[in-house]
Amino acid sequence: MIDVLYFAWVRERIGVPRERLDTTAATVADLVAELAAREDRYALAFSDLASLRVALDQELSSFDASLTGVREVAFFPPMTGG
Amino acid sequence: MRLSVQDHPFDFGHESDHFAVQAGGLGAGAVVTFCGIVRDTADALTAMQIEHYPGMTEKAIAGMMDQAIARWDLADALVIHRHGRLVKGDLIMMVATASRHRANAFAAADFLMDYLKSRAPFWKKELTLQGGAWVEATAQDEAALTRW
Repeated sequence: MIDVLYFAWVRERIGVPRERLDTTAATVADLVAELAAREDRYALAFSDLASLRVALDQELSSFDASLTGVREVAFFPPMTGG
Repeated sequence: MRLSVQDHPFDFGHESDHFAVQAGGLGAGAVVTFCGIVRDTADALTAMQIEHYPGMTEKAIAGMMDQAIARWDLADALVIHRHGRLVKGDLIMMVATASRHRANAFAAADFLMDYLKSRAPFWKKELTLQGGAWVEATAQDEAALTRW
């Protein structure tokens, strides 16, 4: 089981802030493909990966990263702090 | 070093004064402070909603602060960043750095600001009577990181 979190417009498009998933995805890209195939709202949220960032266990990562041992995945747009 | 991610306002004057007095006690000869304020770029802002990623936000900022302290040999550093609903004129965040000489305090504050902007998991949404729009990260913000 893995916790998947969404922030900002990703959260708005998908409609939930977080969910717990049972997945066999090996990489972030595999997980994205699995989610995008579920429903239109996911497909829409993940339609342009260049406009998305991903964090694994609260560390910024990349879409080709492995999910082995990862407990928390978060998807969000580029950050706008400060 | 102190870090606070909070929904309530902070007192910039009090925080700066307290930081400077403490830094003096630690042997610092220079303190630099920066404060970010909500502005209304389109003359239509009703509020600014700031979302963040609890847990990762604190971890990411603490990492930046550790880096700044080591690189510029800081006596102390402070970051306060608000989230939640803010209005025009509200103080969003502040940074303070203390070092022996001013050059290091200025550089470290500049570094922390560049990193807070693009690497701390905050997202700003501008709310107007017409609706809401997420503030987009700019290429300049990302490019600024290559300076360091």
